[in-house]
Amino acid sequence: MPSGIALVIWIAGTIAGVCFVSCCVIRGFFLKYFFLNLYVILSLFADLSRQYVLHFYGQESGQYFYAYFYTDCLLTVALFVAVISLASRVFAELQLAKYVRFVAVLLLLGTAGFSYAVVAQSSERLATTFAFELSQNLYFVGLVLTYLLWGAVLKLRETRTRLVQMVLSLGLYFSAYAGIYALGNLATRYEAVQYLGPILGCFLPISWLLTMVRHTEESRLTPARLVAVQR
Amino acid sequence: MMAAFILAFSLLTLLMFFVSYCRSLTASSLNTSLSEDVLDVTGIQAKASGRDFNKVIQILQLCPDRSEDRSRLQIVGAYYSFLNLLDQLFAKISPAVRAWAEEERAGCAHFAAVLLGRRIALNREMLAQEVDF
Repeated sequence: MPSGIALVIWIAGTIAGVCFVSCCVIRGFFLKYFFLNLYVILSLFADLSRQYVLHFYGQESGQYFYAYFYTDCLLTVALFVAVISLASRVFAELQLAKYVRFVAVLLLLGTAGFSYAVVAQSSERLATTFAFELSQNLYFVGLVLTYLLWGAVLKLRETRTRLVQMVLSLGLYFSAYAGIYALGNLATRYEAVQYLGPILGCFLPISWLLTMVRHTEESRLTPARLVAVQR
Repeated sequence: MMAAFILAFSLLTLLMFFVSYCRSLTASSLNTSLSEDVLDVTGIQAKASGRDFNKVIQILQLCPDRSEDRSRLQIVGAYYSFLNLLDQLFAKISPAVRAWAEEERAGCAHFAAVLLGRRIALNREMLAQEVDF
């Protein structure tokens, strides 16, 4: 089990995740936001399975190594699908949702193919290296897609408050995660940096939960207010 | 070098998303006009200005807390502090930044005043229920 600060962060994230899923179920939006819920549920299970493996095998074990990277890969695919589900809702009114899904499948297969091509040369631990490479590449694709999606939200003058805030939460999450990743490489000796990732992990379920609680499906906002500079 | 570039780029995009996120919070209150009670209590003249924010927050702290408003208020408070910082750093270089920051701070003050109006209404309701009881 994690100790001290890590434990507090883990509990906060778990509670936020459970609350988000419960809120969606109680308010009848579980299916409407199915892929967001799926991501949160999978992240809860991933956390639990990692804790289980950590408890029985220890942090230096091969089992923990496999458990960590496979669950991470699974979560990245789930997050990618969550981004696509929001994109298809944004483009639904233009009757472009099926094309968005088609492009998403192509992107996923393309990223998997590219990742395989990168790791194919090394025969050692091929599956694990592939999981790590796919996770990293898909994360980058997800980040670019979120920026494009935000651009589409502004261009199409999207007014649905829930949808806008969920996309913004994803944008904040991806930006902050990339920043933490870079900071981790620049300042490895600072202990505080290692807690930033888990803290950020709590952010998505918390912000989605607040969006669900505060705004109804009918809530609308003025699209011109979303851009920093008025046009 | 690459890590520093990624860090700078991600901080910029983080800032962009943060501003948009805060604007989406304050935007939800823009269509709500301020009640007479709020105008009386805060001394706001028809339209809130950036300077009213701190005054409204002080009055808000005197009212019973509503848990559903707390996190929103904290985020908007952080945004207000960020705008103040921006104003102090760039106002002399670019007057456009000052004008933009002032407009945004007025939005923050209006948001806080709308919350104050809701709290006053809630208090009135609770008081009326107690009297009925």
